[in-house]
Amino acid sequence: MRLKPAEIAERVAQDIPDGAYVNLGIGMPTMVANYVSDDRQVIYQSENGILGVGPAPAPGEEDPDLINAGKQFVTLLPGGAYFDNAESFAMMRGGHLDLAVLGAFQVSEKGDLANWATNNDTYPPAVGGAMDLAVGAKQVFVIMSHTTKSGEPKILESCNYPLTGAAVVKRIYTDLAVLDVTDQGLRVRQLHGDNTFDEVQALTGATLLPALS
Amino acid sequence: MINKVWDSFASAVADVKDGDSVMIGGFGSSGFPLQLIEALRQHGARDLTVISNNAGVGDEGIASLLKDRLVRKIVCSFPRSAGSVWFERLYEEGAIELELVPQGTLAERIRAAGAGIGGFYTPTGYGTRLAEGKETKVINGRGYVLETALPADVALIKAQRADAWGNLIYNTAGRNFNPPMATAAALTVAEVERVDAVGDLDPECIVTPGIFVDRVVAHGMKGVAE
Repeated sequence: MRLKPAEIAERVAQDIPDGAYVNLGIGMPTMVANYVSDDRQVIYQSENGILGVGPAPAPGEEDPDLINAGKQFVTLLPGGAYFDNAESFAMMRGGHLDLAVLGAFQVSEKGDLANWATNNDTYPPAVGGAMDLAVGAKQVFVIMSHTTKSGEPKILESCNYPLTGAAVVKRIYTDLAVLDVTDQGLRVRQLHGDNTFDEVQALTGATLLPALS
Repeated sequence: MINKVWDSFASAVADVKDGDSVMIGGFGSSGFPLQLIEALRQHGARDLTVISNNAGVGDEGIASLLKDRLVRKIVCSFPRSAGSVWFERLYEEGAIELELVPQGTLAERIRAAGAGIGGFYTPTGYGTRLAEGKETKVINGRGYVLETALPADVALIKAQRADAWGNLIYNTAGRNFNPPMATAAALTVAEVERVDAVGDLDPECIVTPGIFVDRVVAHGMKGVAE
């Protein structure tokens, strides 16, 4: 069985600890905030210069300058702060951010991340803050579908798309399973539903290690 | 008497020359000096190098400079967004040069230029295509890329409030690239919503001290064709 994107986001949310400073990437990662339980206080950073990002404003109450990195209108929670981009990325590279949750095109068994460019050179490339987040956050979680739309594996021995960062991913959450990047290789942490190790291995382009019991 | 307040957007950008490098503050739809950009477009200086996080969307702001083919090169982190039609068209034609810089490296290169730092080693981009051809160094077991300072001839920035000494206060996330850019150009021009009397801005809240700002133009002043 395959989890829906919102269900993968819900699974990621379970692993975000109380008190963490977290940056959520654009798209599916942003959905994670919807599922963090109320008994945990998580402070979200947006790399354009916000700590303490709150939910979307009520219609008509938008501040035109108050957007997140995905260019959506947001609010600021009490206790939140604004800062410029140099400070925002100093915060990131300086290792002050506990966790980044990012989408990916591909992840390698060594934790290499490819999420900013494909091999299609007709499109102009865009990188944004992806490379800074990849090397800066203390931990990087990837949330993505296990395979491409055409069924090709996105988890590989080595990425064939240009890298965002080398050996930066700690854990991969997909619609099929949760995998940990370890010194020994990719280890299954959890299989969703009735998925078997062999089924997930067949859809993965790298050798998996079974879950530790 | 120090008075950095100019009475029109047009006069405040009239010194921009063909071939100048121009920093433009803003991120997404937030914190852009839209009236200064429009005045620059009407001024018509060509062969500009624009340094900004994005390459503009629709027909407004930075996109209007591209549409009028005033920009030879753009230095940015995220040129491609929904609606970045003019950038995409010019890129496809080979009519614009792109220097793609990770967002944090862009901000730090600008900060370095304003702080008198010639360059710095950053882990961002190490081992990737964006580090190709650049000097690298392993420091305490970690790989770093040498990046150089990025100054400009002109910075066009947006703030909320100013005074005649050029002190600036921003609005929420509209701050973004504006404060570092204010420090990094030979001529810094700030577009603001209002000008307060000197002494009325709380010194504990001033983000950009006036030493970095050369000219201030407030909304409601003349100089932009409606």
